Amino acid sequence: MDWRKFIALAAGLALAAGVQAQQPPIRIGAFLAATGPAAFLGDPEQKTLELYVEKLNAVGGLLGRKLQLVSYDSAGDAEKARTFAKRLIEQDKVDVIVGGSTTGETMAVVPLVEQAGVPFISLAGAVVIIEPVKKWVFKTPHTDRMACEKVFVDMKARGASRVALISGSGGFDKSMRAECLKVARGHGIEIVADETYGAGDTDMTAQLTKIKGTAGVQAVLNAGFGQGPAIVTKNYRQLGLAQPLYQSHGVASKQFIALAGEAAEGVRLPAAALLIAATLPDADVQKKVVVDYKREYEGRYKSEISTFGGHAYDGLMLAVEAIRRAGSTNKEAVRSALESIRGYVGTGGVVNMSPQDHMGLDLSAFRMLEVRKGDWTLVK
Amino acid sequence: MSAQLLQTLLGGLTIGAIYALVALGFSIIYNASRVINFAQGEFVMLGGMATVWLAAASWPLPLAGLAAVLLAAGAGLALARFAVAPARGASVVTLIIITIGASILLRGLAALVWDKKIHPLPPFSGEAPILVGGAALLPQSLWVLGVTLLVVLLLSGFFARTLTGKALLATSHNRLAAQLAGISVQRVLLASFALSAALGALAGILVAPITFTSWDVGVMLGLKGFAAAILGGLGSGPGAVLGGLALGMIEALGAGYVSSAYKDAIAFVIILAVLVFMPGGLLGKRSTDRV
Amino acid sequence: MPRPGGLAALALVVVLLPLALPNNYTYEVAILVGLNAIVCVGLNLLIGYAGQISLGHAGFFGLGAYGSAILTARYGWPPLGALAASLGAVGLLAWVVGRPILRLQGHYLAMATLGLGIIVSIVLVTEDRLTGGPDGMSVPPLGAFGWTLAGEKAWYWTVGALLLAAVWLARNLIDSPRGRALRALHGSEVAAEVIGIDSARHKLGVFVLSAMFAAAAGALTAHYAGFITPSKAAFLHSIELVTMVVFGGMASTFGAVVGAAVLTTLPQFLTVLKDYEMMVFGAVMILTMVFMPRGLVPTLEQALAAQR
Repeated sequence: MDWRKFIALAAGLALAAGVQAQQPPIRIGAFLAATGPAAFLGDPEQKTLELYVEKLNAVGGLLGRKLQLVSYDSAGDAEKARTFAKRLIEQDKVDVIVGGSTTGETMAVVPLVEQAGVPFISLAGAVVIIEPVKKWVFKTPHTDRMACEKVFVDMKARGASRVALISGSGGFDKSMRAECLKVARGHGIEIVADETYGAGDTDMTAQLTKIKGTAGVQAVLNAGFGQGPAIVTKNYRQLGLAQPLYQSHGVASKQFIALAGEAAEGVRLPAAALLIAATLPDADVQKKVVVDYKREYEGRYKSEISTFGGHAYDGLMLAVEAIRRAGSTNKEAVRSALESIRGYVGTGGVVNMSPQDHMGLDLSAFRMLEVRKGDWTLVK
Repeated sequence: MSAQLLQTLLGGLTIGAIYALVALGFSIIYNASRVINFAQGEFVMLGGMATVWLAAASWPLPLAGLAAVLLAAGAGLALARFAVAPARGASVVTLIIITIGASILLRGLAALVWDKKIHPLPPFSGEAPILVGGAALLPQSLWVLGVTLLVVLLLSGFFARTLTGKALLATSHNRLAAQLAGISVQRVLLASFALSAALGALAGILVAPITFTSWDVGVMLGLKGFAAAILGGLGSGPGAVLGGLALGMIEALGAGYVSSAYKDAIAFVIILAVLVFMPGGLLGKRSTDRV
Repeated sequence: MPRPGGLAALALVVVLLPLALPNNYTYEVAILVGLNAIVCVGLNLLIGYAGQISLGHAGFFGLGAYGSAILTARYGWPPLGALAASLGAVGLLAWVVGRPILRLQGHYLAMATLGLGIIVSIVLVTEDRLTGGPDGMSVPPLGAFGWTLAGEKAWYWTVGALLLAAVWLARNLIDSPRGRALRALHGSEVAAEVIGIDSARHKLGVFVLSAMFAAAAGALTAHYAGFITPSKAAFLHSIELVTMVVFGGMASTFGAVVGAAVLTTLPQFLTVLKDYEMMVFGAVMILTMVFMPRGLVPTLEQALAAQR
């Protein structure tokens, strides 16, 4: 064949190939506290998102397009989070955002996504994120109010109604403390002591001594996050306090037991089923999801899973499911699809979203766990 | 003395001893070079984290601790040699920025090489609390207090009797005279950084069983150590120890009897008040300016 | 060294920059640079010209921000009034605390300002009923007489104009008798007193002025972002500000602007480094201070002058 036809044919083939290969990737944006004081949260979240975007791409991506993760480290700072969110929306033009490790970072970004109309799935805890409900904002972790309620129900079942509260000064701690004070009366609980400690404190014996001196304390709840609760637990045993000690879901990890050591024995807290994946009954609806996640994460990163990484997994999977249902990345379609997800089984529980409920979890999504012989066990 | 008061004081003494060790590190470096080493807290972090890392690699604990202290001393030497010495004549503020840059670098390195989790160290001799007059004392607290006392005694012996110690002291009094007497100011700088780093690392290892250690544990401890050094009088060894113990006690008493949320604020208000009335700190020398 | 063209050059940059800004995110970065530059210009007067250290200026920034935020959000004050009241209050506070602590020298002053900043930070975190606590609070936008300042472009021009005003103010101060008194003070406080300069009064004046610059920038930041958290008053932020001033060049107003520009935009570029970002940032700080101890702009000026 003469060279003119050859070139035309080659060009035609290249064009066709180009058109087929150049479907733009689906962009998942993320801003996480991978460094800084909330790295405890952001680090497993980052690792989870990277792992699963990779796995999804390995089996062909979504809607025939590759997934691309664009993530930034906001270091727990609300202003950085805002700037990065703006970057994700304006410059990187992402289709959906999964992120916001802390409540402060999330709330700073809410006005941005509401104005720009981008679906945003937050990974932070406070109830204020979804109450009042905001059109474009969703969240996967259980709220702090749910944690209070779960603990209070368990305390009542054990016959305790006069409760001492001890909490830290971080955002998570304060928010949970406020919620617990609000819902206590409705659950028949009377808060008889309310102590606080500082974020970097290393010795809580002063506060616990005051609780020890308060008459009629039947149980103690520590609304905290990070290393504070581990120190509280150790001091608790050091001072010989005998009442049942409850922690929050903020320390639902093996690491808490490693830090608190023997003092953790008998401590109870509400947590996602992910934490006891191995010992969950086979008939449990979450068994498969949590066991798979645990195996994949621990296999890749050689480090213990945490519920925070689990929330990131749920966030990503919900976004993926919504995009699949919408059949496109049209933001309004994806948002509506997200809102209509029912019966989705995640690591945090069974999710039933609705226009009024952008979290979708109820109290049964929390399991009450107790530390026995150095490991988490389910309290029947 | 009521049990609560005793418990509070013992807690304050324990953390105060740690602040004292960190403050000593600040004072030693300041004396040798008029530099405030804002990376001092990171040496504390190195001590704890390196020990955890080596212990996880099955090194016996005492050996891991020793190696961690040496590692920190090495880091101190590197910092002095590559970051501080080249900027000899620079202004106070520039040197502050350099050491802050070093602290950021060390933290980034720690987060990269190790991880961002919180790690415990096993207590040296168990966790069974010792009951003293109604207060429950942790055995680890005794270790902290005992080792700090030992270190302070050894240091005073070092400064008074060894040649290197005396060289360090001489440089702090008058750099030019020391140089004329044949003391290498560069060597003094390196030695002071290595020594301070070792002290910081030791503090980190002592306190990790009580307060845990992590990649960013140095930030607050460095700040408090600096505050303690200033409170006691910058450049004064006894001042650093006094400042550290005082700061620890003020914090504990503030938390126990006034307001646990404002404990740090109370401590800083007191430090400010002291500085206003005694601009050289508690034991600091009244400085005179040559006109 | 008087440089009459300098302000005009900066004005030209402010006017022409939007041509290089493709989207709202880049406008945001430019606005943040401008806000940081306003603080740095004031802080530079204190550190570079008067020779005093402040490791707690983020405290003034935070107080300005929260003052305006609380007055508008919780008490319904009109935003401009709240901003002015906040500025005035911070100026007064700086005057009250400045008098005793400015008697301190060197590292003791550093500690005192550090302590102040931390106390402010703790109060902002603890008084959560007023301030929203560590999770921060929402802030209504800036506006007056029914018109609201909204949108990145409008804010860009506002901040640009305010920055030019700040630089103009600073340069006028430096080239005035008061400015010369300050420089004399920096050189030798004793000598300055001998020739009749009231060093305490001058130091206090600059301290209050730089505090008000920081408070103004803080209030503007709060209204622009619509949100404020106590981390803006934290020690780390104070250190960032001092680094910007020192990096750009002490005793150089334009150095302060350049320092703010470089150190605000640098992290945006370093995000590609992911886990290595902190290390690289620390290394950059060390290397620039070791090789350019007087800061970027004076070193460049010196290099240019040497070439002639």
